[in-house]
Amino acid sequence: MACSATAKIIQPPMSINSTRSPDKSDNCTKLLCPSSFLGPNKKLFSINKTISPLSRRSATVVAVSSDVVKKKKVESNPVSNLLVTKEEGLELYEDMVLGRSFEDMCAQMYYRGKMFGFVHLYNGQEAVSTGFIKLLGNRDCVVSTYRDHVHALSKGVPARAVMSELFGKTTGCCRGQGGSMHMFSKEHNVLGGFAFIGEGIPVATGAAFTSKYRREVLKEDCDDVTLAFFGDGTCNNGQFFECLNMAALWKLPIVFVVENNLWAIGMSHLRATSDPQIWKKGPAFGMPGVHVDGMDVLKVREIAKEAITRARRGEGPTLVECETYRFRGHSLADPDELRDPSEKAHYATRDPITALKKYLLENNLASESELIAIEKKIEEVVEDAVEFADESPVPARSQLLENVFADPRGFGIGPDGKYRCEDPKFTEGTAQV
Amino acid sequence: MLGIIRQRVASCKGFPALTLEQGIRVVASQAYSSNSKQMTVRDALNSAIDEEMSADPKVFLMGEEVGEYQGAYKITKGLLDKYGPERVYDTPITEAGFAGIGVGAAYYGLKPVIEFMTINFSLQAIDHIINSAAKSNYMSSGQISVPIVFRGPNGAAAGVGAQHSHCYAAWYASCPGLKVLAPYSSEDARGLLKAAIRDPDPVIFLENELLYGESFPVSAEVLDSSFCVPIGKAKIEREGKDATITAFSKMVGYALQAAEILAKDGISAEVINLRSIRPLDRATIYDSVKKTSRLVTVEEGFAQHGIGAEICASVVEECFDHLDAPIERIAGTDVPMPYAANLERMALPQVEDIVRAAKRACYRSN
Repeated sequence: MACSATAKIIQPPMSINSTRSPDKSDNCTKLLCPSSFLGPNKKLFSINKTISPLSRRSATVVAVSSDVVKKKKVESNPVSNLLVTKEEGLELYEDMVLGRSFEDMCAQMYYRGKMFGFVHLYNGQEAVSTGFIKLLGNRDCVVSTYRDHVHALSKGVPARAVMSELFGKTTGCCRGQGGSMHMFSKEHNVLGGFAFIGEGIPVATGAAFTSKYRREVLKEDCDDVTLAFFGDGTCNNGQFFECLNMAALWKLPIVFVVENNLWAIGMSHLRATSDPQIWKKGPAFGMPGVHVDGMDVLKVREIAKEAITRARRGEGPTLVECETYRFRGHSLADPDELRDPSEKAHYATRDPITALKKYLLENNLASESELIAIEKKIEEVVEDAVEFADESPVPARSQLLENVFADPRGFGIGPDGKYRCEDPKFTEGTAQV
Repeated sequence: MLGIIRQRVASCKGFPALTLEQGIRVVASQAYSSNSKQMTVRDALNSAIDEEMSADPKVFLMGEEVGEYQGAYKITKGLLDKYGPERVYDTPITEAGFAGIGVGAAYYGLKPVIEFMTINFSLQAIDHIINSAAKSNYMSSGQISVPIVFRGPNGAAAGVGAQHSHCYAAWYASCPGLKVLAPYSSEDARGLLKAAIRDPDPVIFLENELLYGESFPVSAEVLDSSFCVPIGKAKIEREGKDATITAFSKMVGYALQAAEILAKDGISAEVINLRSIRPLDRATIYDSVKKTSRLVTVEEGFAQHGIGAEICASVVEECFDHLDAPIERIAGTDVPMPYAANLERMALPQVEDIVRAAKRACYRSN
C-alpha cells in the first residue's frame, strides 16, 4: 500500500518554539505509519504568549501514557496522582460502553432491515467523544458529521430518542425527519449531524461566534464553548481552513476536534494530504495545534480540559488532532476492503474501552463486578431503546409538510385568499402539485 | 457508498421486472427476450468511460474514490488498473478544488470527467461549474472552450435524508452554457456519456443511484464503440395517442409502469424519455402534444421552477390551440426529503400519482 512507502520519509521538524514530550513508544508499532512519527503528545505554542505557562504546566500532566501512570502509582500516593476519580472513571466507562453497545445494536438492526439509508458507526472512536463531551455543560454545543450517534448520546440525548430516529419513527429526536446523519437536539445543544464533509465546521464556528457575541454585545453571562468534530478527510476541505482563520482571528470559544481515523471511505489520509500532520495546521493560523492519542480516553480528557478551559476564558480556539480508528467500515454499506487487516488488528489491541477498564482495575478505582454491572445496565438501556423504537409509530401523514418553515405562512396564500397553512386539509397533501 | 436499497423496477414490454426488499443488494434482473444482451446501467457507464479513455488519451477521470475503491458506486471499477494513476485520480475531499482543477485542465485542451460522489456534493463546486465552466466560452468569445463532464448520481436514493436526495436537474438546466443530460436505460447511459465526453462543452451528466443496478436489453449497435446518442434529442419510449407523459431518469420507469396501467383502462399514453434536459427537445414534445392533446410532466425534483414548469410554459406558448386539458405536473413534494420511510414515499412521485394525473388530463377521474 502507498501508506508504508511515504510515511517513513516524513519526520516532524523540530521548530524552535515547540516542546515535545519524550517520545515514548506507547503501544505504537512501527507497522502503522503515522504513529511512528507523530509520537504521543506534541504541542506547538501559539503566537499568543499568555497561554504558554499554562501549556507548559499541563504538558507534564498531558504527556501521560498508561505506562507513565503506572510508574507514578509506584512513586507516590496513588490516589492524588490519578487522572480521574472513581465517579469520573465510571462515568467515562459507562459512556464509552453505551457508545459501543449502541453502535453494535445499530449494525444488527440495519441488517434486519429496521434501519436504512446511510449509517456510519463510531466503533473504536469512543474515547474522543467521551473524553471531550463529558467535560461539557448542557449549554455547550456539539457539532458533528454523519458519524454522530455517539456524539449525541454522550451529550445526553436519550438512547431511545436516537434509536427511534434511526428507525424513522415519530418519537425520534428529529421525529424521523432527519435520520442517522442528521441528529439535532435543541435541549442538549447538539447542532447536527451533517452529511457534507466540512459542513459542520462553519456552523460550529457560528455557534461559538454567538457565544462570544452574547457575552460581549448582549452582555449576557455566557461562556459557552462549542466543539466541532470532524475527520481527517475534512482537513483538506476549504471550509476547514476558512474557519480556522476566522476562529483564530476573532478568538472564538471553539475547539476543533479532528478525529483522524486515517481513512476517508477508502482514501488513506496519507494518499490525500500533502502534509498529514493535521495538528500543524493550527499554528499556521495562530492557534495551538495538539496531537493526542485518541484511543486513550484519559489522555484525550486531559487535552480536552485544557482546550475547553482556554476557550471558556476567551483565549480562542484550539486544534486538537486525535489519532483514532474506526473498527468498522466507513458505513454499513462499505465492504472495507482497502484497509490492511494488520492495521485493524493493531488498533483492536488499543481498544479504548479495554484500556480504560484496565486502568480502572489496576488503580483500584473500580472492581470487576462494578464494571460488569455497568455493562449489564447499558445492555438493558440499548435493548429498551430498540423495543421503544420498534413500538413507536411511524410519522403521521400530516407530518410531511410540517417544519418546512418556522413560520408556515411561507407556504403562501391559497386560492381562497387565506394562508395555506390555515387550511387543515393542506397538511394532508400528497406528491401532486 | 453502495447503499442497501429498496427498489421497484419498471415492468413494461421488454423490460425486466423485479421487486426487492430492503437489505438485499440489487442483482441484475433476467431478460424476457433471450436475443438481446442485458446490460446494467453501471456496466454501460463503465464501458462508455473505458472506451472513451482508450480512444482519446486526453480523457482522464477525477473524483473521490474513483480509483482504488473502484468508485463509490463501482461505476469506475477496473479503470485504475487499466489506465493507471496518471489517468484515474483519487482526490481528497475538495469538490471546489478538483472541479476547478478539472475546468482549468479543460481550458488547456484536456478532457476531464469529474465525478461527484453525489450531485448534491456539486454544491460545493458550483462556483466552478457555473462561473468557470459554463460561462467561459462566452466570456472569452470562443477562445476557450471547456470540454468537461461533471457526472454523478442525482436525486433521491432510499432513506438517505434531505442532504443526499435533492434533484439538481432544474438548477443546472437554467444556466446557459451548460448541457444537462439525464439517462434512463443502459442505452441512454452509454450513448449519452460517450456523446458527453466527446462534446466540446461542459456537460452535467445526471445519473441515478437506484438505476445503476437495473438491467436493460442492449442491441449490438449500442455495444459498438462508436455508438453515440445525439444530445438534444428525446426518445419516445412508448407510443400512444391519448396523453403524453414526459419524464427523465428514474421517472421514465415509473411513467412506463403508469402507461401499462392506463392501457388497461383504455388510455393509450405516449411516454417521452427526455434524455436531454438542456437543450430540451421541444420539437418532440410539441409533436407529441399535437398528436395527443394532453400532457403530464413527471419529475422527481421540486415543482416550483422545475423541468415540468419549463415544459408547461413552452407547450402553452407553442401548442395552446392543441391542448384539450390543462397540463398536469407531477413533482416531488415541496419539502426537504424526510428520512422516515413512509414519509419519503409520500414525498416522491409514485406510479399511482402519474396514473391519476393522466386520468385527470383525460377527464376520466375526479
